[in-house]
Amino acid sequence: MIEIKNINKTFGDRQVVKDVSFTFYKGKTNLIIGESGCGKTTILKLMVGLHKADSGEILYDGQNFPKLSVNEQENVRKKIGMLFQGGALFDSQTLEENVQFPLDMFTDLTKAEKLERVNFCLEKVQLVGKNKLYPAELSGGMKKRAALARAIANNPSYLFCDEPNSGLDPKTSIVIDNLIKNITDEFNITTIIVTHDMNSVIEIGDNIMFVHKGENWWTGDKSQILKTKNQELFDFVFASEFMKQVLGTPSK
Amino acid sequence: MNLFFHIGRYFMLLYRVFARPQKHSVYMRQIIFEINNIGISSLPIIAIISVFMGGIITIQAAFGFNSPWVPLYAVGFTTRESIMLEFSPTIVCLILAGKVGSNIASEIGAMRITEQIDALEIMGINSAGYLIFPKVAAAVIIFPFLIALSMFLGIWGGYFMGVASGACTEYEYIFGIQAFFEPWKLYYSFTKVIVFAFIITSVSAYFGYNTSGGALEVGKSSTNAVVYSSILILLFGLILTNLFLNR
Repeated sequence: MIEIKNINKTFGDRQVVKDVSFTFYKGKTNLIIGESGCGKTTILKLMVGLHKADSGEILYDGQNFPKLSVNEQENVRKKIGMLFQGGALFDSQTLEENVQFPLDMFTDLTKAEKLERVNFCLEKVQLVGKNKLYPAELSGGMKKRAALARAIANNPSYLFCDEPNSGLDPKTSIVIDNLIKNITDEFNITTIIVTHDMNSVIEIGDNIMFVHKGENWWTGDKSQILKTKNQELFDFVFASEFMKQVLGTPSK
Repeated sequence: MNLFFHIGRYFMLLYRVFARPQKHSVYMRQIIFEINNIGISSLPIIAIISVFMGGIITIQAAFGFNSPWVPLYAVGFTTRESIMLEFSPTIVCLILAGKVGSNIASEIGAMRITEQIDALEIMGINSAGYLIFPKVAAAVIIFPFLIALSMFLGIWGGYFMGVASGACTEYEYIFGIQAFFEPWKLYYSFTKVIVFAFIITSVSAYFGYNTSGGALEVGKSSTNAVVYSSILILLFGLILTNLFLNR
């Protein structure tokens, strides 16, 4: 479980994150949703330590991450898997080497054991037999799946996904969503997904935080979001005619 | 003010680069990879430039010494001194600053803008140490060998071109390259090479590591890496020359 309490972040004179608090539960797909530029990726980067919060607490199973020593932070990070928006696969390494990388760095497994683990992860993301391909030879969807395989290689306790569906067709998006959901359920990990994709919200939104202008504007789950009376969230969810027709516009 | 900011940030980066390696076997593998990537791949350009420059220096020396007061072995002597003291350690390192420096800055810069460095950090890996230390170590190990080869090929190129063009005779050239040889000058040359290897890799990595933005900024980082590495090579070349050779 990860809790964020009253976190704030300012870049220059612009406050991007304003007093945000939320709890991300273990074994659930926790979503951070909101319009582009609302601060959701910044919240994610604050949580994993890529940015430093101006104030507030980020608790990983009770440990206040920003207050930990460098070594203690590294130990927490070893339990984190992250799927970046662009995949962030290492260009110079094959798919197999990319997935094996965290195992090389943090385990003492034998070569055979590492290969077995790599193949297990690739099987999970349906990329069996693509071991020797380089990132440049993969499609956008395959890159996302490969990055997901790397993220889960070292048995993470926390999985972060930054817009896992961006740039993907609807069918591939559903594949990625289902993979993340299955991995969360199977390994009982805390998964945090930043997205503005409404299909993902409807498919896998167990626990949702809607961010608006840097603030936690609304919290709930996928069943509650469709009945919302919150004006800003309503405008976000039913922004497209398609969503209005498919879901039916609720009375405000 | 800006200069002090960069100097401070450079030394803070170095502090992370030389932190204790997280996994020695992985670092060793990376060093071997970088020796090949930085060093072995630079052999062809070093060989070509050294042979031709050796020939040019010999012919120019012969042309300049066209006087009965100057002994003919001075051509070989001048070629050896020029190549050993300045051409191979400094000019070849300036060329390597262009080839290796731009390669390092653009590689690390591209990794920065495509979030590959963030991925390393989130995994709990010291990205500066993992990416930069093997490059610095590889360059410090392999550059002296490259420069030694450059010296050999430069002197050989001078012999070949000088004799073939009739600028000097075989006997005079060989006598000249052995005349008044002082071995300690090699310490001076190789000290310079090791310092320059460190400058090229660490300064280029600094610019690459601190890239932000997109492809345009990667290009700027690459240019800055070559420009500042070259300036620092000349500055430290002057300092070391003054320390070693100024009596």
